[in-house]
Amino acid sequence: MATKASRSAARIMMAPAVVLLLGWMLIPLSLTVIFSFKKFLPLRGDRITDRGEGFGDFMWEYVRGFPTLDWVGFENFSRFVGSSSFWPSVWTTLVIVGGVLAITVVLGILLSLLLDQPMWGQGVVRILVIAPFFVMPTVSALVWKNMFMDPVNGLFAHLWRFFGAEPVAWLSEASMGSIVMIVSWQWLPFATLILLTAIQSLDSEQLEAAEMDGAGPLQRFGHIILPHLGRAITIVILIQTIFLLSIFAEIFVTTGGAFGTRTLTYLIFQRVLESQNVGLGSAGGVYAIILANIVAIFLMRIVGKNLDA
Amino acid sequence: MARAVTTKRKTLTTALAWAIGLLIFFPILWTILTSFKTEAQAIANPPIFLNFDWTLENYAIVQERSDYMRFLWNSVILAGGSTLLGIIIAVPAAWSMAFVPSKRTKDILLWMLSTKMLPAVGVLYPIYLLFIELGLLDSRAGLVIVLMLINLPIIVWMLYTYFREIPGEILEAARMDGATLKEELLYILTPMAIPGIASTVLLNFILAWNEAFWTLNLTAVDAAPLTAFIASYSSPEGLFFAKLSAASTMAIAPILILGWFSQKQLVRGLTFGAVK
Repeated sequence: MATKASRSAARIMMAPAVVLLLGWMLIPLSLTVIFSFKKFLPLRGDRITDRGEGFGDFMWEYVRGFPTLDWVGFENFSRFVGSSSFWPSVWTTLVIVGGVLAITVVLGILLSLLLDQPMWGQGVVRILVIAPFFVMPTVSALVWKNMFMDPVNGLFAHLWRFFGAEPVAWLSEASMGSIVMIVSWQWLPFATLILLTAIQSLDSEQLEAAEMDGAGPLQRFGHIILPHLGRAITIVILIQTIFLLSIFAEIFVTTGGAFGTRTLTYLIFQRVLESQNVGLGSAGGVYAIILANIVAIFLMRIVGKNLDA
Repeated sequence: MARAVTTKRKTLTTALAWAIGLLIFFPILWTILTSFKTEAQAIANPPIFLNFDWTLENYAIVQERSDYMRFLWNSVILAGGSTLLGIIIAVPAAWSMAFVPSKRTKDILLWMLSTKMLPAVGVLYPIYLLFIELGLLDSRAGLVIVLMLINLPIIVWMLYTYFREIPGEILEAARMDGATLKEELLYILTPMAIPGIASTVLLNFILAWNEAFWTLNLTAVDAAPLTAFIASYSSPEGLFFAKLSAASTMAIAPILILGWFSQKQLVRGLTFGAVK
């Protein structure tokens, strides 16, 4: 049993991690919330301090809630939702998240079933399939954009011409499909790897028994494998959703948010850093945080249940 | 064996799996091949697969034009520094949660996980502002701290799941034999914890290396790592496929090799122990 002394030692050992994460969460979050209720346009001369530029001054103004900035109530929140780019960005986000999830989960299940079969060189095939996950987002986006999707010199253009078709300017004419494709390529390995791990933990005797009882491959899949995979699929969906909601680099280096590829994340980025309308962008940030939290609650429940087991 | 597999079926499975595997890997393979071509060969139609004059000149040009080594060095410092710092902070925390669990341990773990779910863009301006106020914009130190903080929940979680697998009885036996806390740590736990720590280091190094939100938004010149270096190729200039490929190959090669060793850890680390 843990003694009192070891309990207090445990608390001290936990303290740095807890304090750092608490600070990392609370300080930026509270700043975002404060700014979301303020008019804050740094390029038009709005300043957070009247006096010096030191960090001490900044903290003092922060504690006082930045009185030099005008309080505008919920105006930023209503203007963010009311702007003509809001609903398209929500739609774009949903299409990208939904499209990538559908592709990676369906193909991931098929691929993991295939990789679970006996074959020669299984280890090598697995490495080939997983590799895209380790490619940094800026590289995979630029390689796809230029070497495959370039309308003049890309491989797809060569292929299209070979079949006598007119090459497609993928990232402008089929921008959403192209982005979904690039991101799916990056995330398919993740889904496959997790589903494969889950399949391999399936009791093979159960499958053999079902086979002897005359269950065909489809029945075995529908009644044994799929239910067994249920939890792993849920986890893949939730974790990918969290990451996909904040996709950034792939859009930053391909379309820069043009051609209808401006996601909610990208819209907030543009408001905050490009047009420097911090109040408006912060209101968007608050929306994004709420949205991510809704997904997170479900994920945490599953992970929490697993901790008890 | 109850489910005998015929050679014919195994051959078919093998062929199909290899075909799909190569298809998925093809963009990477194509990038590596193109990096050894001349710019003219890189865009040739019909495309040249292997039958070209292999050259290393793209690598030389990339290094010369943009001082590739500096970006590489920044990537190493940012990924290595943030991982090391994270491990130093996370090991004691994960150790105490695994071996001296209290009623609140689960809540703390889940809360840590929840900080990971915070969308980065939601706190982009505050972090940007804090970086300006603290003079950390475009500094390696600032980026090391941010990358450490975004990965800290994963590091704590991974270490926690590894430490929990170390049987507690061994500790109790050691305590009975009069081992002090220091001896316990040094001679019993450390050797058993090393593999878990190594896996955690590996996965987090990869995650930090590939991080492309904060590195793109908080660096300009001095602290820019490879993610930002590659992003500078997003505005094309003349023929540049071969050079882009050489730059890309250099940016992903080290991590591809590390990644192959970390398949298992990937599952554990990114599902927070929910799938093993």
